[in-house]
Amino acid sequence: MENFNYHRPSKVADAVKLMKKAKDGKYLAGGHTLVPTMKQGLATPTDIIDLSGLKNAGVKVGAKSVVIQAGTTHAAVAADKGVRKAIPGLAALAGGIGDPHVRHKGTIGGSLANNDPAADYPAACLALGATIHTNARKIPADKYFTGLFSTALKDDEIITAVEFPIPKKSGYAKFPNPASLYAMVGVYVVQDGKGAARVAVTGAGPGVFRQADMEVALSKSFKADALAGIAVKPRGLNSDIHGSAAYRAHLISVMARRALAAAK
Amino acid sequence: MPTVSMTVNGKAVKGEVEGRTLLVEFIREHLGLTGTHVGCDTSQCGACVVHVDGKAVKSCSTLAAACDGAAVTTIEGLAKDGKLHPMQESFREHHGLQCGFCTPGMIMSAVDLVKREGKKLDEDTIRHGLEGNICRCTGYQNIVKAVQAGAEKM
Repeated sequence: MENFNYHRPSKVADAVKLMKKAKDGKYLAGGHTLVPTMKQGLATPTDIIDLSGLKNAGVKVGAKSVVIQAGTTHAAVAADKGVRKAIPGLAALAGGIGDPHVRHKGTIGGSLANNDPAADYPAACLALGATIHTNARKIPADKYFTGLFSTALKDDEIITAVEFPIPKKSGYAKFPNPASLYAMVGVYVVQDGKGAARVAVTGAGPGVFRQADMEVALSKSFKADALAGIAVKPRGLNSDIHGSAAYRAHLISVMARRALAAAK
Repeated sequence: MPTVSMTVNGKAVKGEVEGRTLLVEFIREHLGLTGTHVGCDTSQCGACVVHVDGKAVKSCSTLAAACDGAAVTTIEGLAKDGKLHPMQESFREHHGLQCGFCTPGMIMSAVDLVKREGKKLDEDTIRHGLEGNICRCTGYQNIVKAVQAGAEKM
C-alpha cells in the first residue's frame, strides 16, 4: 500500500478543512472497502482523513422516525433495542451485513458514502425513503443514489446521520454471494402508514433501484400473492461469473417474496 | 510519522508507525507477537482477528494509527498463568484444527461470539458466528464442536 498522511480530526468542520487542503484526500469510515482497495493500488490517496475521531455513533428513536448517527456500526444498529422495535427489517438487515468482524467496524455513513452496487443499506434507505443528513444539507434517498459507486455527495461533504421514517411494516431478504457475503440480489419491501408500498433492489444492477411494478401491486395488497404475474425483465441487470442477468431477474422475484414473508 | 500508544494484552506499548501501517503489521513486526496471522489480506478469511476495545475485528484491514489509545487483545493474551484459555483448551481437546493457520482467528472470534451470545450456543449460531473465518483443512465439524464445548467452560 502506498503511504499517505494520516489525520484523525475530532470535529466535522476540521475534517472538511483537511479535505479541502489535501491534494487527493479520502475520508475513512470503517475502512473495510477503502483499505483493501488501497492495498490493491486502486486508490492512492495522499491524505486519509479518519472519521472515527468524530465519535458520532448512536441511535435516536422518535415517534415518527429513527435517526442513526453516521458513525454507528452495523453491529450497533443490529443490536439496538429501539431500532429492533421500530423498524425490525432495518435491524435485521444490519445484522446480516458481511460477517461479525466487518459489522464491528463498518458504519452506516461509510456504506452509504461508498454506495457499493451490492451493499445492503442503500436498499433500506431507498425503500424506506430515508433522508441523508450531511454537514451541509439534507438529501432525500431518491436523489442521493446516482449510480455505480456514485452519490449526490460533494467531494468534501460528510454524512452526519441518516433519518428513517418508521413504516407500518418492512422486511429485507438477500441472496448472498457465499464468498464475499455481498448481495447477489437483495430486496427491501416497505408498507408505509397509508398502505403505499415501496420496493428497492440492490445487487442486481449498476446501483440500487426501485421496482415500480411491484410497488403498484403491493400497494393494493402487501402480500406475496400480489406479485403473481410480475416477471422481472433482465434488461440492464448485471451479468458476471456469479450469475446472469436472467438469473438475477428471477432472484428479484424470489427475494421480494422472502422479504414480504419476513416483513414486520 | 504518527506515534501510537495502545495497551496490548494488558501491557502499555508505544511505537512510531507510518500512516499505512496496518494493525496486524504493528502487532507482528513491531511487537513480535506473531500469533496473529495474515491469510487473505483482504478482510475475508479472519486469520488476523484480534479484539480492539473488546470487539473482534480484522487487524489486516485496520490502520494501526486508528487504534491509538485502544486496548488490544491478541491470541497471546488469552492464556493466563501458563494455563490455556478454556476455548484454546477445547480446540486442543476436540481437534478443532489441522494445519493451525486459521486457529488464532477462530479462537478470537469464538471468544467474541460467547461474549455476545452467551455460553449456550447452538450449531447454527456458531456457524453463522464464524462466517468471517475461513478454514481450508477441517471442514469445520470439529471447530464447531470445539466452540460449543469451549463456550460452556468459559
